[in-house]
Amino acid sequence: MLAGAFVLLVLAAIAIFLVVRSLPAFSHDTKSFWTTFEWLPDNSPAVFGVAALAFGTALSAVLALVMAFPVAVAVALFISDYAPRRLARWLGYVTDLLAAVPSVVFGLWGLFWLVPHLTPLQHWLADNLGFIPLFADSKSVTANASRSIFAASVVLAIMVLPIISAIAREVFRQVDPALKEAALGLGSTRWEMIRTAVIPPSKGGLAGATILGLGRALGETIAVALVLGSSYAVNFKVLIPGKNTIAANIATQFGEAGRIGRPALIASGLVLFAMTMAVTLLARWIIYRAGAVERSAVA
Amino acid sequence: MRGRRLSRNAVFGAGLSGVALAGVLNLAYSTWRWAEFVVLGVVFALAFITAASWAVEGRRKAVDRLVSNVVVSAFLVALAPLALVVYFTAVRGIPHFSAVFFTHSLAGVPPSETGGGIAAAIQGTVEQVFLATLISVPIGLLVAVYVTEYGRGVFARAIRFLVDVMTGIPSIVAGLFIYTFLVIGLHQGFSGFAGSLALSILMLPVVIRSAEEMIALVPKAYREASYALGVTRWRTIVSVVLPTAMGGLVTGVMLAVARVTGETAPLLLTAFDNNYLNANPFKGQQSSLSLIVYTQAQQAYQPAIDRAWAAAATLILIVIGLYVVARLLTRRSAFRHG
Repeated sequence: MLAGAFVLLVLAAIAIFLVVRSLPAFSHDTKSFWTTFEWLPDNSPAVFGVAALAFGTALSAVLALVMAFPVAVAVALFISDYAPRRLARWLGYVTDLLAAVPSVVFGLWGLFWLVPHLTPLQHWLADNLGFIPLFADSKSVTANASRSIFAASVVLAIMVLPIISAIAREVFRQVDPALKEAALGLGSTRWEMIRTAVIPPSKGGLAGATILGLGRALGETIAVALVLGSSYAVNFKVLIPGKNTIAANIATQFGEAGRIGRPALIASGLVLFAMTMAVTLLARWIIYRAGAVERSAVA
Repeated sequence: MRGRRLSRNAVFGAGLSGVALAGVLNLAYSTWRWAEFVVLGVVFALAFITAASWAVEGRRKAVDRLVSNVVVSAFLVALAPLALVVYFTAVRGIPHFSAVFFTHSLAGVPPSETGGGIAAAIQGTVEQVFLATLISVPIGLLVAVYVTEYGRGVFARAIRFLVDVMTGIPSIVAGLFIYTFLVIGLHQGFSGFAGSLALSILMLPVVIRSAEEMIALVPKAYREASYALGVTRWRTIVSVVLPTAMGGLVTGVMLAVARVTGETAPLLLTAFDNNYLNANPFKGQQSSLSLIVYTQAQQAYQPAIDRAWAAAATLILIVIGLYVVARLLTRRSAFRHG
């Protein structure tokens, strides 16, 4: 009982301490915390707001999900319905291994290998799909290797892929085998079986898996801090360098932050905590209702 | 239903001609472009196979083949980053391994010069992770035992739910919490111990979840046999349930250790890094392997970046080593599912 309550205590304590320690920042903020784009908390007067950071956080996370979701679902399908049974378990272990690579190593690789190698793709997108506002690059700032939101999202996509696919795997495993056999017995091809018997009952669980992946992407810190060239711009141009996320901003600014700077960072951390907890609660609720809980990596 | 079928050789031929087409198109460039060759090769191969199948086997079979091929390709796409990360970290990091690298700290080594190493970082990581394990394993086990053996009703379900929610705490928030609570709240200052507290917040839900599963796998008959001998519930848990689940519990702890060994963000706000050796985790800033990768990677000089790669290679070796050993342990333990 006491041990169980401990978990509740930790979650509550996090919220309380972040609130209390961020209060000094609010009393010094000269502009609205919620709508200001700049981050200069140690200037006098202090000017800072979470708006640009929250925008960058949401943009990068959503973009990462758009890239990760189809691949993650395909990986889960491959393991649950395509790969030979004996092989499937080992393939599952290998995708789990992707989750074991430390985020700082993804960041290092992203900064020194992926960003330079993404340059041709970013060029191509800007040249050929530049009419889509997302890929607009009027001043050709992507001419050099671009530490853009796009590059950061690719790294984020790689990092959230294992968690989405782990849950999707469990969701597909929940599907009643009788349904699948019935579909096959009626002469369905394997794809028709998946489309009619596996996907429909799994929709809720897949939604939960995706939202959980969103929660992970929102909170990822070090990889983004290394890959993204930070600025406090707010726009949808994902190819040009700059923009920032709450988590990465805390990591990069914390060392030099001063008297108001640190409470300001704590305040932004509180916003991040609220965002991720809301998203994670929603995701877990959906996953619970779908009756699928991912196994821990041990089982 | 059993109409004409595309032979294995025909499928292979169609795929190969797709790849060949991509190769021919690539000759138009002055240099060979691997990325375009691979992407176009896969797209053309899938298109040709689907077209051939459509012509011979009909629409339904063609769509089925297309989806199968897309699913397999997607799996390979997902594995590519893992292979690339491990390969480049090894290639760029391992050549910089040396005796000096493992036995010296970064004390007095400017970013622009070679030399120095990760001795302080290794010591920091070992101490922080050891303390984090020491904190989170007993608490995690207690919570898991409560949830599986004692918990009833709404409260136990709520705890189980909250443990899952707890896995969603961003690692930087765990760091911020310990910073506000211990570093400035209790005026303890930055220390390795603060780092291990932050790590144990991240470790706790992982330990609880895996322990829960392992305890649940212990057959009911074992417990009943023990009760029948008049053994109390608590003694049954300690001397029957936990020893039976031991193999799985150890694996779970090892995987949790592997997970937090690579954590950087929480340590940035709690251990705060240190170029000098600091053996005392309870007082003063400490380094860690992950912190050294992060700080060295941000330097503008090649020697520092080389050190970052070498430290990253060390980190990956440790993490993947732990992971593989944990896996091999599960293979031997009595309880595993198929």
